[in-house]
Amino acid sequence: MSTPTALLLRAQEKRRSTRTRSLKAWYRNPSLIAGLIVVGALVLMAVLAPVIAPFDPVKQDLQNSLLAPGGAHWLGTDKYGRDVLSRLIWGAQVDLRIGFMAVLIPFVSGSVIGALAGYFGGWFDSIVMQIVDIFFAFPFYVMVIVLVFVLGAGEVSIYLAISAISWVAYAKIVRGEVLVVKKQDYIVAARLGGMSHGRVIARHIGPNVMSQAIIYAMSDIVLDIMAIVTLGYLGLGVAPPTAEWGSMILDGQEFITTQWQQATIPGLVIVVTSLGLSWIGDGLSDLLSPERRK
Amino acid sequence: MLHRLSFIPGRLLRAVPVVLGVTIVVFLMVHLLPGDPAVAILGDKGTPQRIAALREQLGLNQPLWLQYFSFLGRLLHGDLGNSLVNQRPVSEVLFQAMPVTLALLLFALVMAMLISIPLAGIAATRPNGARDLGVRIFTLLGQGMPQFWVGIMLILLVSVNLRLFPVGGYGLADSDHLYYLFLPALTLAISMSPTIIRSLRASTIASLGSDYVATARSKGSGGSGLFIHHVLRNAAIPTISVIGVNLGYLVGGSIVIERVFAIPGLGSLMLTAIFARDFTTIQSVALFIALFVIVVGILTDVIYTLLDPRVNFSSKERA
Amino acid sequence: MTTPVPLLSVNNLSLGVGRSGQQPTVIVEDVSFTVAKGGRFGIVGESGSGKSLTLRAIASLLPAGIDTFSGSVAYEGRDLLSMPPTARRKLMGPEIAMVFQEPMTALNPVVRVGDQIAEGPRRHLGLSRAAAMALAIEMMAKTGIPDPAKRARAFPHELSGGLRQRIMIAMALSCGPKLLLCDEPTTALDVTVQHQVLRLLEQLCDDFGAALIFVTHDLAVVNQTCDNLAVMYAGHIVESGRVKDVFRDPRHPYTRGLLDSAPDFDQPDRALVPIHGFPPNLADRPSGCAFAPRCAHAQSGCLVASPALVSLAPGRSVACVESDSIFAGVPV
Repeated sequence: MSTPTALLLRAQEKRRSTRTRSLKAWYRNPSLIAGLIVVGALVLMAVLAPVIAPFDPVKQDLQNSLLAPGGAHWLGTDKYGRDVLSRLIWGAQVDLRIGFMAVLIPFVSGSVIGALAGYFGGWFDSIVMQIVDIFFAFPFYVMVIVLVFVLGAGEVSIYLAISAISWVAYAKIVRGEVLVVKKQDYIVAARLGGMSHGRVIARHIGPNVMSQAIIYAMSDIVLDIMAIVTLGYLGLGVAPPTAEWGSMILDGQEFITTQWQQATIPGLVIVVTSLGLSWIGDGLSDLLSPERRK
Repeated sequence: MLHRLSFIPGRLLRAVPVVLGVTIVVFLMVHLLPGDPAVAILGDKGTPQRIAALREQLGLNQPLWLQYFSFLGRLLHGDLGNSLVNQRPVSEVLFQAMPVTLALLLFALVMAMLISIPLAGIAATRPNGARDLGVRIFTLLGQGMPQFWVGIMLILLVSVNLRLFPVGGYGLADSDHLYYLFLPALTLAISMSPTIIRSLRASTIASLGSDYVATARSKGSGGSGLFIHHVLRNAAIPTISVIGVNLGYLVGGSIVIERVFAIPGLGSLMLTAIFARDFTTIQSVALFIALFVIVVGILTDVIYTLLDPRVNFSSKERA
Repeated sequence: MTTPVPLLSVNNLSLGVGRSGQQPTVIVEDVSFTVAKGGRFGIVGESGSGKSLTLRAIASLLPAGIDTFSGSVAYEGRDLLSMPPTARRKLMGPEIAMVFQEPMTALNPVVRVGDQIAEGPRRHLGLSRAAAMALAIEMMAKTGIPDPAKRARAFPHELSGGLRQRIMIAMALSCGPKLLLCDEPTTALDVTVQHQVLRLLEQLCDDFGAALIFVTHDLAVVNQTCDNLAVMYAGHIVESGRVKDVFRDPRHPYTRGLLDSAPDFDQPDRALVPIHGFPPNLADRPSGCAFAPRCAHAQSGCLVASPALVSLAPGRSVACVESDSIFAGVPV
């Protein structure tokens, strides 16, 4: 009964049935729905910023600086008289764009490196894991701050800095998954059946190990958005006067005693964003790996 | 007991390539600067003479591998170079700032424990109950809030409105430090505790349902004695590694938090150096923090071994 | 003749999962039995028959989510179920103790076994640390653990399965209980070790004058160890009585099936007859006798009403309406 083909067929059968079951259940997954609604609304806000923002986010109006919320400026104005609500809406463009984009390079490069290391093992694996250990010694913020400094301010530097350090997590996750999967009967069967390494990785290992990487990517987006607003707060992020949530908090901190909402509101928006993303992450982990949930 | 710690020399040996790798990364940082590092560091202050002088100071005229080995040689002698801003040895400044950051981290760690253990315990006694839900909301919010923003909010609520703690600074006398570090440590603890709570909650639930807890109950054990002696002792073990891994995160966070509260630790040192383009200081702080994280990793393994008699690192490679 | 108050009497105990807004699932229903002082009572059944849950209810160790629907568990006349938890905890150890099935998981992996044995005596007997440890070592010696003083400093994973189960027994008996609850204490052990541990349990219960409730799926073990037994099926007691009576003359087709499917060393050539089918899904219990779908003798009447446990003779009961016709002519 254990001919390679039989094993393969059995395993594929099993996989197909899990997949259809998950797809059927996605709309009954409250945390996924809630997350999609929240994040969808934020993305919509970012995309429609030119239409819905009542004012120009960078236009200074020193006559009307530090207005309290109310009137034409629903959330008041900052020290340069810029409309806080408009900056908040435009800020979504910057923070969400960088947050989503920054995940792409590490997701792809880390997953590929991790998959190769786990699949082939040997000296390649040893070297990769050694590099992973070295990178893990540098705390995320330390590395990002130093790299952004080294590479010079700007969006591209932020992408590169984040990519340079966060591929490590994907490599570790995917490698661990591959180590488990490659021992499964159907992989052994596929190899015995004469499939090439490339096809085995692409057809059988890839789809089975990526779910953990995708789930992690959701929390990684949160991490990246945190890094971007932190850089903004430290004055190392996107150059002013571009509206960005972290730098808005920095601007607001100066007036914390008189205009507390200036530092508070951008923070609340960040909290909502990360809540939405973690809900999507929770929902995805329900969908993609139900057997891991208690 | 002692023979179980015999893994330490081997563990230290395995850290050697990592440490070397870290020094290489730190060394190469300067060469990531676009163009001539000396020009990049000096920026618009770069006169030809100053550039030449800096090239000499950084040893940039030598081949790369020679530069690295002289860098490593100086490191071994504890020479981290001189600050590019005031020419003082970086090691001096570093060792002034280090105790401040260590105190902050330790304080934050203790506070994170004080928050996490009771909350995880409450959540685990009735999973999916109302209190578990409350704890879950706390962990969700704790993970979703930017650290620096938590700090600012605490300043707003506790310092500005309630006037309980200072808005920032480190205090002058030794006795003041704890008072001044309270809010920054609390900030770090709030952002670190969700991870600890998640791990501890899961392991506490597992421990509460375990046979050995049933055995303890069958011996008439109950209440806090049961929780501390049987449940927590087992539940803490997986959490130790989680904390070890997250201490790195905590160090990263402390850099930002020191900025928020104007605390003269490694983070402030590093950020000041960044804005002053003081590259040797930046390098040294990054190197020091990475070495700290490596040491914490080793300590985590030691504590893990001491807590869990089943683990034997000397005979078994860790996954 | 006045019957003395039994050591333990379980009366009409029903356990189950009661989800709000849903039909509760009854796992153990209307179970009653008594255990005399120094008596040895066996509860036999397949996994899922409710035997272990019944035992855990006595020790108040029901898993989370399982509730007691009705009934009482009286220990020396006092109802354990209505007792406040602190009062109950005082009984657990010096009065009632328990030996678990899996000695690997039932011992705390991070505490030295000596300390685990000493914990009870320190709490209940008020012994000092040193005195409790001395008692622990003495108990370990009594359970036949070689070099007990040294082994007391070992962690559970450093001992073999047989030694670990001896540690469990030493722990359970350390406060001199009058009732020892054993949940399949030999199932996880090698066959040769099983026998040793059983003999040890018997001998120590004699020495300490402790009564025994022995839960197992293994009829041979009950035959060897107990004087009375109850056979459980799908949460009900289907037959009970003295061990030798039930073994000689089973009155329930299920008991009969169990005996036919187990090897008998006195008749090694007899063919083993398995019981076909599976126990019912408790959440969707069929009306009528739970065993009827698997019973070769089932009549249409068996599918209508759940048979009551009726007394055949003093101390002998069976829950089968067809019992008389199936086992006709054989006097009780």
